[in-house]
Order: sequence, then structure tokens, then C-alpha cells
Amino acid sequence: MSETAIITENLTRRFGDFTAVDQLSFEVKRGEIFGFLGANGAGKTTAMKMLTGLLSPTSGRAEVSGLDVYTQAEAIKKRIGYMSQKFSLYDDLTVDENIRFYGGIYGLYGSGLQQKSQQLVESVGLEDVRNAKVASLPLGWKQKLAFSISILHDPAIVFLDEPTGGVDPVTRRQFWEKMYEVSGRGITVFVTTHYMDEAEYCDRVSIMVDGRIDALDTPDGLKRAYEAASIEDVFIRLARSAKRGDE
Amino acid sequence: MSTIVRIQDVSKHFGRVNALKNISVEITEGEIFGFIGPDGSGKTTLFRIMTTLLVPDTGSAEVLGFDVVKEYKKIRPLLGYMPGRFSLYQDLTVEENLHFFASVFGTDPEENYSLIEPIFHRLEPFRGRLAGNLSGGMKQKLALSCALIHKPKLLLLDEPTTGVDAVSRKEFWEMLTLLKEEGITIVVSTPYMDEAELCGRVGLIQDGRLLQMDTPEEIVASFEMPLFGIKSDDTYGLIKALKSYSWAHSVHPFGESIHYTDRRDTPDIEGLKQFLSEQGVEKVEIKRVKPGIEDSFMALMGSEEVHV
Repeated sequence: MSETAIITENLTRRFGDFTAVDQLSFEVKRGEIFGFLGANGAGKTTAMKMLTGLLSPTSGRAEVSGLDVYTQAEAIKKRIGYMSQKFSLYDDLTVDENIRFYGGIYGLYGSGLQQKSQQLVESVGLEDVRNAKVASLPLGWKQKLAFSISILHDPAIVFLDEPTGGVDPVTRRQFWEKMYEVSGRGITVFVTTHYMDEAEYCDRVSIMVDGRIDALDTPDGLKRAYEAASIEDVFIRLARSAKRGDE
Repeated sequence: MSTIVRIQDVSKHFGRVNALKNISVEITEGEIFGFIGPDGSGKTTLFRIMTTLLVPDTGSAEVLGFDVVKEYKKIRPLLGYMPGRFSLYQDLTVEENLHFFASVFGTDPEENYSLIEPIFHRLEPFRGRLAGNLSGGMKQKLALSCALIHKPKLLLLDEPTTGVDAVSRKEFWEMLTLLKEEGITIVVSTPYMDEAELCGRVGLIQDGRLLQMDTPEEIVASFEMPLFGIKSDDTYGLIKALKSYSWAHSVHPFGESIHYTDRRDTPDIEGLKQFLSEQGVEKVEIKRVKPGIEDSFMALMGSEEVHV
């Protein structure tokens, strides 16, 4: 398997006159926890949509898990996992039903699916509530379940869009430990967050400003380069330099 | 200083969920009071009781000296409320929204313009734009302007900074500080623990219960155990090793270091270093650190015991 999980070269997306993503070039290594930061409106969502095969680029090149985003978007969707704070599980299905549903979508079935869902329920500690509707679970549990489901099919890369928003501080940390564990298994973790302390847990962090990546390095490297005490200071300095403003 | 909000033993349930359990709070004129807690802790239910939109099951609540159930009509004109979910009319322009909210409260945008000017001037270039087409940060500024347009005595902001980036959050808090100087009492809720330090007093809330209520300084001061920040090159290895240490009391990642408390009154730091080295964790740095609100919150959560 390739050691590069994601590679982009001058990846660009325009909407009319507006260049949402402007010649993005970067690489994400296999098994890496890659933090994808940026102010609201910097272009993160558009970039993620292109990398997950949901939106075609205007120009430039991108490969995700060795697959081309223009011609192999459907194949990409099978090789990746995705979860976001806003959309994750079906509230009116039970824990088991959600697992079966998503497992089915990702092409798992029969005893393979059964074994996977058993492992999942045990690893998240939800044995007692597997027949409970997801709506009745606390947010922290839901998020952990959603994350586990997003990697049920052993994807090459998992995209997490603000996975810990609004989650209590203890669960938020458990969530990150789970991410370390997953990256240890060789799954690449591509994650966005508004919690700047979480940026420090990433192997490398990129900061988007005005559709471009203005900084990309290890958390320590960024702090050294900007002579800053924390990633939050680096982020605020870069985001304040945005010209596009808060349109 | 008079009491602006007085909540006494308020409980509220929805079906089998006890959203609020015996909450009592007093908020004084001119302060910025923050309810800090995760999603689902009961913050919004409490806001809806204070704004007279929900009736408590038990207990009583007074806002600006009026009872929230019997005298709700007297309270409503005096409140500015920014609900958690975007509350503006998406298909009205920026200007139309402002006019609408002003007219509902029997005023016009000019009358109190000076109050919203520091916030609204950034929106001036977009006066004619539909609210639905504004960015997150701009929507937030418009919602705040609309909540303020009738110069309320009390401003209630339910999670105004959720999902907002670090820069916009900072700017938003700077605006709140300006409003406080105008004499407006502000009650705000947030899941971001670091925002607690910007409030005069805070209530930490979890599972419908108030864990603690005090100034941020006092809350942090009541964290009694010695707290250590531990660093190494291999963060995950360090977490696992610390969790397996028999004297460990709590192990929480905090940005670039791990916050650690020990079960002994006088922790043996050399012994801990030795242990970590035996576990293969090298280049370990251990130093005493000051606790923050989030440390306190987790310590209090622990004592309440969450079964996750």
C-alpha cells in the first residue's frame, strides 16, 4: 500500500467568480493524524467535499488512497469513512440498526457484518443499550458510536468534521485516544476542529486562509516558526491576516 | 446591586429525561454570568425558562423582579434573546431583519443605533444581503444586533459561539465586554471551557445539575490536588503508561502536555519518571502546572460519576 494517503496539486474550486479553494498542494501520510484547521469561510468544507468525492474540482489534481478524485469518486467513497458533528446517526433507529444500516452501505453483510458489529458494540461499551434508539443516548456516546461506525469497513482514511463539538471534556479526550488507536492501526485520520488544544494532538496541522494552506507543519514546528506559545496563537495570527474577510 | 435573575430549586423533565434537577442561581445587575457545560447538560432548558418560553415543573424563577409564569408579559419586552439555533429570517435582508425586530419591540433601528454600532458597522456593506447568505460570523453579529435593538435590560445568549472559529469567538467576547460597560446584564452559555475566564461568575452544569457556581478564580482555586503537566515525544505512549500507573488519580491530555494528578498527598515524581522510563517512554518532562476551568470541571464530573 502507498505511504501517501492524500496528495493534492494545485487543487482549485471556483463558484462563479469566487475561488473557494485556491491551488491547494499538500500530502498526508498513511496513518497520520492530520489536523485541517481554518477560520469559518476559509474553504475547509469545499476542500473536504472534493477529497471525499462529493464535489468535482475546477482544476488541479488530487488522489485519495491512490484514487483520482475526477474519475474514481465512487471508488473513493468506498475507501473512506466520514463522520461529522452535524450528521452522523439515525436517531430513530437503534444502535444495532444503525450499525447494520451503515455496514450494509459499506458493503458488509452476513457473518462478516455480524462479527464486526459485535466487536464494535463491545469496544464502545454499548452492549447494554444495543437495542435502544440512538435518540436516547447522551451526545458523547453517540459521537463515539458514530466514529466507530465510520471505520467499520476498515477504510484507508477517515474524515472527521468537528467530531468533538459540544461534547463534554472527558468524552472529548476519550475520543482523541480512540483516534490515536485508529491511527496506530494504519488508518489515516483527517480531522477538523475548533478546539485549539486538539490541534496539539495531531501529528501535523494545516491552517487554511482565504482558500490556501498558509501553514503546514507539526504542532511544535508551527509554534517555533511563528514564535508562538500555542497553536491558538498561530491560528489567530494567520486567520487575522485573511483578506477575504468574513464574507 | 439588584438581583436580575433569581432561580430557586427549579426542576424540569421531558418524558423520562430530567433536564434540570433542583437548580438555584442568582444573577446580579451588570455581571456577565456564564453557564458552562456540554451539549445536553440542560443549558437551553434553563434559558427557555428564563425567557418565559417554558414553565418549570417545580421551583420558581424571577427575572427582573417578575415571576416567569405569572408575569411573563412584563418580562418579555425587557429581554434580548439570542437562541442557540440561528433565529433570523433567512429570506429577509440584513436591514429588514433589523427593522422587523425593532418594530416587534415598538422601536426603530435608529433609536438605539449607537448601542449596536460597534457590532453592526461590520455589516453595513451587506445591508441589502439576504440573512441566509451571510457567513457564520456575520449571522452571529446580525443576531446579536437584533437581540439588542430595543436596548434590553438583560441579554440572554444561548451558545453564541458554538461552531464559530477561534478568531470570531475572540471578537464576540470583546463585543460582550463593551455591552457590559453599557450596563446590560449578560447571561451566556457555552460548551467552551476557556470562555469561562471571560465571565465574572460561572455555573458549571452537567446532566441538569449545577456542579459549582463561583468566580472563575475561586473555582480554579478550589482544585486542591497538585496538578502536573507531563510531556514526551510519544504522547499516546505516555497516556497509556500513565493510565497503567498504580498511583494515577487522573490522566487527561491538555494540548501539548498531559495533566496528571496522583493519589498520594505528596506525589513521588522521581518514582513516576522511573516508571515511565521502564515503560519505554523517554524524554519525559514533568512540571507543576496551574489548573484551569476544564481541570476543575472534569474533577467535579468525576465526583458525580458518569458511566461511559
